[in-house]
Amino acid sequence: MSVDASNRRVVVKSLFGAAGMFAFAIFVLPPIYDLFCEITGLGGKTGDEYTAVDVRVDTSREVRVRFVASNNASMPWVFKPTKDSVVVHPGEPTEITYFAHNITDEDMVSQAIPSLVPNNVADYFHKTECFCFENQPLAAGDEAELKLIFIIDPDLPESVNSLTLSYTIFDITDRTADPIAQLK
Amino acid sequence: MAHGPATLADGWRAYISRWVFTTNHKDIGTLYLWFSFAMFLLGGAFAMIIRAELFQPGMQLIRPEFFNQMTTMHGLVMVFGAIMPAFVGLANWMIPLMIGAPDMALPRMNNLSFWILPFAFAILTSTLFMEGGGPNFGWTFYAPLSTTYAPDSVNFFIFAIHIMGASSIMGSINIIATVMNMRAPGMTYMKMPLFVWTWVITAFLLVAVMPVLAGAVTMMLMDINFGTSFFDAAGGGDPVLFQHVFWFFGHPEVYIIILPAFGVVSQIIPTFSRKPLFGYSSMVYATAAIAFLSFVVWAHHMFTVGMPIAGELYFMYATMLIAVPTGVKVFNWITTMYKGSLTFETPMLFSIAFVILFTFGGFTGLMLSIAAADMQYHDTYFVVAHFHYVMVAGAVFSGTAAIYYWLPKWCGKMYNETMGQVQFWVAFIGFNIAFMPQHFLGLAGMPRRYADYGLQFADWNMVSSIGAFIYGGAQLMLLYNVIMTIKFGKPTTEEKTWEGAEGLEWTVPSPAPYHTFSTPPEFK
Repeated sequence: MSVDASNRRVVVKSLFGAAGMFAFAIFVLPPIYDLFCEITGLGGKTGDEYTAVDVRVDTSREVRVRFVASNNASMPWVFKPTKDSVVVHPGEPTEITYFAHNITDEDMVSQAIPSLVPNNVADYFHKTECFCFENQPLAAGDEAELKLIFIIDPDLPESVNSLTLSYTIFDITDRTADPIAQLK
Repeated sequence: MAHGPATLADGWRAYISRWVFTTNHKDIGTLYLWFSFAMFLLGGAFAMIIRAELFQPGMQLIRPEFFNQMTTMHGLVMVFGAIMPAFVGLANWMIPLMIGAPDMALPRMNNLSFWILPFAFAILTSTLFMEGGGPNFGWTFYAPLSTTYAPDSVNFFIFAIHIMGASSIMGSINIIATVMNMRAPGMTYMKMPLFVWTWVITAFLLVAVMPVLAGAVTMMLMDINFGTSFFDAAGGGDPVLFQHVFWFFGHPEVYIIILPAFGVVSQIIPTFSRKPLFGYSSMVYATAAIAFLSFVVWAHHMFTVGMPIAGELYFMYATMLIAVPTGVKVFNWITTMYKGSLTFETPMLFSIAFVILFTFGGFTGLMLSIAAADMQYHDTYFVVAHFHYVMVAGAVFSGTAAIYYWLPKWCGKMYNETMGQVQFWVAFIGFNIAFMPQHFLGLAGMPRRYADYGLQFADWNMVSSIGAFIYGGAQLMLLYNVIMTIKFGKPTTEEKTWEGAEGLEWTVPSPAPYHTFSTPPEFK
């Protein structure tokens, strides 16, 4: 094989390698990182819908759950929890609400993203019903109470006696196929 | 200009065209070396501003916001603008000469990979003059400091990184192709000079991790401008992910910087010991082992993010493992000198200082690798001292050694030995005065990257600043020595500048002709 041909082979292979590493960084590393956090319960991401199982309510323990709301930079809605915090017993289903008000003149769709602190107890925080499981359409000027039912797992480590659940609300109107149809 | 390159005598137009359009490996090597030296002075000027502000507690000279830009730009310019291009320049000059090739395998790509660099650094440096200032988030640009809270100029920073990455990847592909396909007949892989070996391994590291850096800054770009949330916890992303991606690039990067330095020292020490390198094949395997391990230890830079204990233990032990192949190398250098007939010309002085100070920096690295102890050292001046011992006394000292060692071959003039040795001692003493006290400051709890500090840190900071000014002066002496050598140095035509030197580069005349090895040499 001539030197030119083997040079070309090296170039093509190396460029493929480099392109592969670029794709690895953007398309592979973040998902495996998320997967790792999900398996280990690190990272503060709460799980999907939970089917309540029969557990005893541990009335001997009290856990304070605080609620925080924030808006993504480009989100104009009013969004806040109706109560700042509640005190619950592990194992007891608790319902709370968030308040959302679309103050704009346009129909919009939002998505709320949860995060839990301390971030190694996400596995002990179960949501049986949550507005965050689906997106929230609101017509111009409308407001809504968004419902959340959660259960603290009785196996919550002894050292933890308070949790903070945070929601950030995002404007996903552009990404939703037909916001008006959703409102109907 | 049928015979040889255009000179100023052919008119400035022809002279500029020569450098802009050159595909000659020696010209491009020279361009890389001068460019990196210019960047070295720029990054050094930033360092002088930092040390001048830290000379005394309180704010005297600059505003804290500008201080943050200085620490960031100092790191970026030194890593990507000074050290990396300097070693690419050495590779361009020396690899074809060492393996008996007429030129690099891909000369036009070589031209491109150099000429995009000045644009990258023009973009990066111009951010300092923009509204809101330049990058101010540290050279490690952790999100969300570099995304949510970054100045607007961060987009320029991101594109500058993209261009540097493209340049490095092209340069590396060129080196890989050259070494694989252009070796002289008879030069098997295990007969290649060690500088060539360390560079080809470095080139593979670069091809593997520069795209990861490009990926990291691309994700930043999308988070900032296109509404994604890779690193934004509010949107379901995670800022800690940024640190993992960054250090997955960043740890191999530190070996990208140091491996060619190992190569240079492995050429110089045998020359002035008048003995062949001890344990050649173990050097090659140790280099490969270090390169491999560099991919699996990245999280030791982030022991304090809240990793599970199993993770801390794994990254701690894996990091300590790197000390083994590195120890092999240090042992081999010392054993090469043992019972050698040593002389102490300037390149040898820098190389011996390299071995001593790099080993010192390696030991502080071992201290930092202890996860439990790192909780105290993390983000203090102890870390600053550690990486300056390995980056400056490692990479910069070996680069300086390489300049003195090969300068007579490059320009056919001999440098002034006295001036060389004076420069060495000023650099050596200045360096240690500057960075040794930073260990004490760090252990006493002074955090890095702050514009001000508590009064209890005042004395050692003043000492450190004085040392930094001395060390800065030593670099101006290096510039002076190089220019004086090129202009007024004693002409030398000997093929072998150093009597103990071995290798194909010492079989061509001095100065090395514009075209060498047009017919492959015989290598035994």
